Amino acid sequence: MNNELLNELTFFVLAIFVGIEVISKVPTILHTPLMSGTNAIHGIILVGAIVIAAGASTPVNIAIGLVAVILATTNVVGGFVVTDRMLEMFKGRQASKTPQPK
Amino acid sequence: MNVVITLAYLVAAVLFILGLKQLSSPKGARNGNFTAAAGMVIALLATLPLLRFTTAGVTIVLVGVVIGAVVGVVGARRVKMTAIPQMVALFNGVGGGAAALVAVAELLRFGVHPAFTVAFPSVFSIVIGSVSFAGSMVAFAKLQELMTGTPVTYPGQQLVNGLLAAAIVGFVIAVLAIASVPFSFLALMILALVLGVAFVLPIGGADMPVVISLLNAFTGLAVAASGFTLNNFALIVAGTLVGASGSLLTKLMSDAMGRSLANVLFGAFGQVRAGVAATAGAEGRSVRSASAEDLGTLLAYSHRVIVVPGYGLAVAQAQHAVRELAELLEKRGVEVTYAIHPVAGRMPGHMNVLLAEANVPYEQLKEMDEINDEFKNADVVLIVGANDVVNPAARNSAGSPIYGMPILNADQAKNIVFMKRSMRPGFAGIDNELMYDPKTMMFFGDAKESLTKLVQAVKAA
Repeated sequence: MNNELLNELTFFVLAIFVGIEVISKVPTILHTPLMSGTNAIHGIILVGAIVIAAGASTPVNIAIGLVAVILATTNVVGGFVVTDRMLEMFKGRQASKTPQPK
Repeated sequence: MNVVITLAYLVAAVLFILGLKQLSSPKGARNGNFTAAAGMVIALLATLPLLRFTTAGVTIVLVGVVIGAVVGVVGARRVKMTAIPQMVALFNGVGGGAAALVAVAELLRFGVHPAFTVAFPSVFSIVIGSVSFAGSMVAFAKLQELMTGTPVTYPGQQLVNGLLAAAIVGFVIAVLAIASVPFSFLALMILALVLGVAFVLPIGGADMPVVISLLNAFTGLAVAASGFTLNNFALIVAGTLVGASGSLLTKLMSDAMGRSLANVLFGAFGQVRAGVAATAGAEGRSVRSASAEDLGTLLAYSHRVIVVPGYGLAVAQAQHAVRELAELLEKRGVEVTYAIHPVAGRMPGHMNVLLAEANVPYEQLKEMDEINDEFKNADVVLIVGANDVVNPAARNSAGSPIYGMPILNADQAKNIVFMKRSMRPGFAGIDNELMYDPKTMMFFGDAKESLTKLVQAVKAA
């Protein structure tokens, strides 16, 4: 095992704990937006897709790279936009809370 | 990797963590999404100096990003609020597909005998990413009603799924130990795609949210594995964060339904028969239906009315009509509240979003635990397009697929008004005892039209 792999394993294990810790308490109403938000975050695979697509030269690699970039970009962009749409609704609701004093 | 890039990735990782933290509390949720998006932009910009573009490479990256961005924005903007769950499934699936493709490209590059430390994460990513892709597509099809929402089961299903899994393990070993050739990892990918389909088929439509959440965690792990292959810190951290938080979220969601995850995933096996038998028992009994005028009078002279909104309300776009009725009743001094089951709609929190869209005041929305003791004091409970979440079978009938799910105590109200299009069973595909309850009055028709009729009737009363 080289040093780089050891470092990567360290990040991996620590990230597991952080991931669990950070969302330990979520109200039910936020389950859907949270799922959608984490969904957008794994769109970071776009970084990987761009790395392989950028260096592509054979037809097979070009095809794989292109499809991977399209899919990953859809994941990132769609994920964040759809999450924002959901949360926008919540914000509207919070705002409607104040002008109703009765 | 140079220092600046690594530091930029670190900043991105911190922003993802902060984003997740904010997303899990109602106050900062929207900012949390922006925070995470900022992290994504930083991670992408930091990657640019790493790239060595070929001529073809420049073109496909640009074309790919443009196409993906257009599809993503248009899809996310155009989708109706009622269809959000399947949209999330779709976006999750494409992420899994991308992770699998990245791993395939890496394996092609490594040659026939790759080092175990890169080959193992690659095959892991291919398998998990493909399962997530195919599974998400089936979840999408079920929610979009392109196929039946009821569990698809056949004799020997578990055996078939077991054999698929065994074949996958076999090919994994072949790639790792014998030779990494396109045939073996393509076969692996195809088998994993088939397993993804086979895995989600026997799960009922009502349980899709839990499945999507699980597949979301899967995609996260596939992305993390790709990070190991590419030696990319950002992919490892972000993917693992999603894998871990997604797994926990999956558990929280099945807890909210009062079920274990294993029961959600594998519960269909052997339970289908019991569900059918329960339905048969209810045949031939009569229900009471009422006219709009009767119900209008009943509602107008009640003190407390609890509305139980369900997916049917959303489908009929009746959120505004229900708010109109509620406002009318409130003017007459009737106390109106909404009882929101944790899985009302098609996903936890879905109904809150839909009602918020129709400007229903937040204070009137009550969560299940908050309102369940109130039903016995209610004069009328108005069930609009909901079914399974008020089905007493969840409490009484041990053979029922929804047995054990916490339900709203609508059966304790003095009068029950059940608004439905037909006697058709709900999403779980089972009959509802409550419809035959002597206190229940059925009011058939499209939710929006029915509510409009009730509004007229209340005005006249």
